[in-house]
Amino acid sequence: MNRDDIKDALLEIIGDIDEEADLDALDADKPLRDQLDLDSMDFLDIVMELRKRYKLQIPEDEYPELITLNSCIKYLEPKLREI
Amino acid sequence: MSRENKNNHERIVITGVGLAAPGADNLADFRANLLSGTSGISTLDLRYMGVHPAGLCSFDETRYRKKKENKRGTRAGCIGVYCAGEALKDSGITLGAEYDPARTGVYVGLTEHGTVETENEVYNISQYGYNVDYWTHHHNPRTVLNNPAGEITMTFGLTGPHYSIGAACAAGNAALIQGLQMLRLGEVDLALCGGLSECVGSFGIFASFRAQGALAEHEDPTRASRPFDMARNGIVISEGGCLFTLERLDSALQRGAKIYGEIAGYAINSDAKDFVLPYSPRQSECMVLALKRAGMQPQDISLINTHATGTRQGDIEECKAIRAVFADCPKTFVNNTKSLIGHAMGAAGVLELAGNLPAFTDHMVHPTINLDELDPECALPNLVSGETRELPQVDSILNSSFGMVGINSVLVVKRFLA
Repeated sequence: MNRDDIKDALLEIIGDIDEEADLDALDADKPLRDQLDLDSMDFLDIVMELRKRYKLQIPEDEYPELITLNSCIKYLEPKLREI
Repeated sequence: MSRENKNNHERIVITGVGLAAPGADNLADFRANLLSGTSGISTLDLRYMGVHPAGLCSFDETRYRKKKENKRGTRAGCIGVYCAGEALKDSGITLGAEYDPARTGVYVGLTEHGTVETENEVYNISQYGYNVDYWTHHHNPRTVLNNPAGEITMTFGLTGPHYSIGAACAAGNAALIQGLQMLRLGEVDLALCGGLSECVGSFGIFASFRAQGALAEHEDPTRASRPFDMARNGIVISEGGCLFTLERLDSALQRGAKIYGEIAGYAINSDAKDFVLPYSPRQSECMVLALKRAGMQPQDISLINTHATGTRQGDIEECKAIRAVFADCPKTFVNNTKSLIGHAMGAAGVLELAGNLPAFTDHMVHPTINLDELDPECALPNLVSGETRELPQVDSILNSSFGMVGINSVLVVKRFLA
């Protein structure tokens, strides 16, 4: 997967969690939780969906890497390159 | 406080109804279906079980909360939030104006809770080789027993007590009794109470009734629920919900509330006998105690709304109990609502009560349907079957709900007279 593929997948996952989320207005460099109606349980939904889709285990101490859309992409890029 | 004022402070009245029943999402439509003898039963194709008759509810799931919250919560919570919103709207109460949200209690009757969510998660991890890393973090908040009541408080900002009442299929009535008691104790000023069921989501509940020989089958699903009929062969499982607003009469009168009826008497007792089989002597005792608390005689009851579910022994036991108490009551009529909507488990008692409350104003007794050949052991005098029966006046309803492991509940509700 390249950066665009990862971005599309993330937006799809977030869109499934909250169908009313305004993803077009998302600033990729600002924290997701500041812009969307997402709480810690929703965040865990994102982690679970990444696990289900890509068999990706994200250790809890690396959750801070997933704060913004761009930081997510940066973190996931090397892990999903071969997919 | 004068004697009359004290009395009105302890008299508890129903002032709002919110419901989701198979075939109706409001009381007016529900009543119309019951009076016309229109079944709400369809079929459900359930995991591992195949197609079975079932009662399914259709309502505006996002009227009171977002789709995202429905996804996170439970089906019981979704039904509960809808019923609570509808009951509050129907009552005309503005929370924060007439009543303090901190003095509002939410009491929800459940037959069971967590079965659906647990089955779904076990299925989910089965798709990942039973690796529990794939078990959802939503499992615990979804399956704690207060879940549906708690989902209601979060939606409406109710900060008083909330909890569930587990009483098998007597749970809806038991929750109504809890609400009444909390109002009389002065613990709350407004009680939102009733029952909910999401049982149609559980293959285990269907499979267990089938293993017990108590799951209804019929090629026409609308004919599958047939209490008192010779050809009955078990229960039709339904989902649904019904919540009432209960208030003390004095405060209801003060705000000019519409009053559906007064809960005059109630009782809960236990068979202390068997896991599944009902026991008519205890059912009779429960009816007698409810009448005593209401200060009424059996002859004072206009309508007995039965619990009968369409199982052979259950129906017969209830009829024995009714015969024992209502031996000489020519003005007492009998009907059954499950023949039309199936068995909504924790919601059954309250949905059935709600469907019959309009009898106080329309004077109609809705029919028991699918009664083609009456079981002689269920032949009660004045059993209303096939067609709606109009009475000169309906003054009182005795509503029974019985549950597994031997729990009986009876409510006596009177037409409101100042």
